[in-house]
Amino acid sequence: MRTHICNARVIDPASGLDAVQDVFVAAGCIVGLGCAPEGYVANRTIDATGLVACPGLVDMAVRLREPGLEYVAGLESEMRASAAGGITSLACPPDTDPPLDEPGLIEMLKFRARNMPGPRVYPVGALSWKLEGQRLTEMGELHEAGCIAFSHADAPLIDTRMLFHAMEYAASFGLPLWLRAQDFHLARNGVAHDGIVSARLGFPAIPVPAETIALQTILMLTRQTGCRVHIARISTRAAVEMVREAKADGLPVTCDVGVYHLHLSEMDVADYDANCHIIPPLRSQRDRDALRQGVVDGVIDAICSDHAPVDDDAKERPFQESEPGATGVELLLPLTLKWGAEMGLSLPQTLSRITCIPAGIMGVEGGSLRIDGPADLCLFDPETDWRVTADTLLSLGKNSPWLGREVLGRVRYTVIDGHVDYAGEGF
Amino acid sequence: MKPDLQLTPDGRLRHLLTLDGLPRGVINTILDRAQTLLEESVQADQKLDLLRGKSVFNLFFENSTRTRTTFEIAAKRLSADVVNLNIGVSSQSKGETLLDTVANLAAMQADMFVVRHSAAGAAHLIARHAAPNIHVINAGDGRSAHPTQGLLDMFTIRHFKGAFHNLRIAIVGDVLHSRVARSQIHALTTLGCPEVRVIGPRTLMPRDVSALGVQFYSRMEEGIKDVDVVMMLRLQNERMQGDLLPSAGEYYKHWGLTPAKLKLAKPDAIVLHPGPMNRGVEIDSEVADGHQAVILHQVTFGIAVRMAVMSLLAEA
Repeated sequence: MRTHICNARVIDPASGLDAVQDVFVAAGCIVGLGCAPEGYVANRTIDATGLVACPGLVDMAVRLREPGLEYVAGLESEMRASAAGGITSLACPPDTDPPLDEPGLIEMLKFRARNMPGPRVYPVGALSWKLEGQRLTEMGELHEAGCIAFSHADAPLIDTRMLFHAMEYAASFGLPLWLRAQDFHLARNGVAHDGIVSARLGFPAIPVPAETIALQTILMLTRQTGCRVHIARISTRAAVEMVREAKADGLPVTCDVGVYHLHLSEMDVADYDANCHIIPPLRSQRDRDALRQGVVDGVIDAICSDHAPVDDDAKERPFQESEPGATGVELLLPLTLKWGAEMGLSLPQTLSRITCIPAGIMGVEGGSLRIDGPADLCLFDPETDWRVTADTLLSLGKNSPWLGREVLGRVRYTVIDGHVDYAGEGF
Repeated sequence: MKPDLQLTPDGRLRHLLTLDGLPRGVINTILDRAQTLLEESVQADQKLDLLRGKSVFNLFFENSTRTRTTFEIAAKRLSADVVNLNIGVSSQSKGETLLDTVANLAAMQADMFVVRHSAAGAAHLIARHAAPNIHVINAGDGRSAHPTQGLLDMFTIRHFKGAFHNLRIAIVGDVLHSRVARSQIHALTTLGCPEVRVIGPRTLMPRDVSALGVQFYSRMEEGIKDVDVVMMLRLQNERMQGDLLPSAGEYYKHWGLTPAKLKLAKPDAIVLHPGPMNRGVEIDSEVADGHQAVILHQVTFGIAVRMAVMSLLAEA
């Protein structure tokens, strides 16, 4: 398949390219940027006038709900939704049922994913067996099966010695750990930020030290072990400052934030909207502002969707009893664009947080546009707005805090490995 | 809180879910109606016809004999048919979702649901999904709200003190876990009470309690000084020993309302308690049975206030 993309505003944050030109694709690779290679004949031409062509998005946290949670969502629907969101590579956390703790499960997942259209799937292995925090998994084997990193997802890892040893063991293979910073005891039963809104509405609260104490533990052990650590989904201003200092000290840490946390705050749960029940909780406006600036400063490296489809039965409950999580793959691009525009960043700067930077942390191909590199592209219309509704989302999870609101920026085509895996309406 | 969930487009009460954001005019309308009903029905021992032919379902997902009974009495005084359901022990434990349970009951021609649930937001959820002809009264959801208790406390204060604009009021005890305290605070600030104090150990206070428009005192002797009204909160048994409090004895010593501490309040101060009381834990018997306590009045007024809410909802 040779696809010729004409007249797009081609942006490659990694190289700084930002120019209206053509992209030539053949055999799954980019073979020309600006000018066609000799003798190139396209068998498909996409007129991309008015569209931005950037590297396909790289999302560090997408729950596909397979294996085991197919009653909520499945590989097919969530891969399709991810492609519709412009995502061409994704990492999936190990909180499936059973958790991704043995090589057979990883191989099965990769095999299933490879045989359907949609993004490249990079599993993150469970750090402990069954995510119970008792016994290490076979990280070496799991890595050979395809795991790019190891994490405990949102499952509590109470035993600090277990964490310490997991870091040492992962470091033996040079493998990174991706960790959520949340103290189990301080966060126990909590459903909202410990702030004005939980004072008013009486929600069991998760105080800021639940994040900072756990983060401090992780950073101390990182210093001790030299393990590469990625801090997943920070939510507080204090944590941003701690990561800033850790990086200045030369610790091998990177960090991401969920895209909704760049826009929403505790005020959004004041209406008991279970779609705003997210873990880590939406915090104060001051925290949110620090997160927004933290990404600009590069303290927070990447933005991810933290995609978590939840079925209606689990959301249509009293706020306190609803299952946390938000569907996000289709909102990653528009909400990142919104953040970038509001912070006065250029499009290449904005897009780097969801392309080359997360690809670098994941250590995978993609996230950039270069000759002979994989033809993973996202073509989007930056000027089209659309309303987020249950019908406009392809994900089986309709649980978005943004339901009923408009966003700017719509994906038109997603090209993965040279194939057009998604083509939006009207094209 | 979107006001449109509780109010009709022309500003009348459609559901009573919380006092947080409920307009002052609506609160006063309820209190005025309760005054009329108190005279015409409760004190006159007369049944009224305002809810004849209507069905009130008491949905108690959490046990409470007292609150349920007062709602039942209030509904019966208005000639409604009352159905009591203790759902905590039936369908929920069989895995039925809350909305399924409510949909099933709505199909039995309910007009009004009185809901108590252990989770914050339960009444809001039901109201959001209820058919337009159904009215929901929140009888307590988690730690969030208990609006009829808040209203009956306001009725009691108004009855004894006349107005709110010149009062200094203290709420004493476990504010953190108390839906009663939250409803009281929202009502008092809405009604223009200039000084609301909360008193208790730091472990029993929301971290941002001052954002509610109240002043926090950890020492009772300071907090209770010169107040016009003392509103005691119930301390749950399970909180008396653990990581929030070491013992009921130490709690009583520092935050229990004794005659000596009450003397620090104004001489004509009144004492409220939502019941049931833990004598010797949060309140001394001498105070509970003393002339400043208006606790039994609260119970009587509670029936009038709940009648008022139900009759106003039936008109919406």
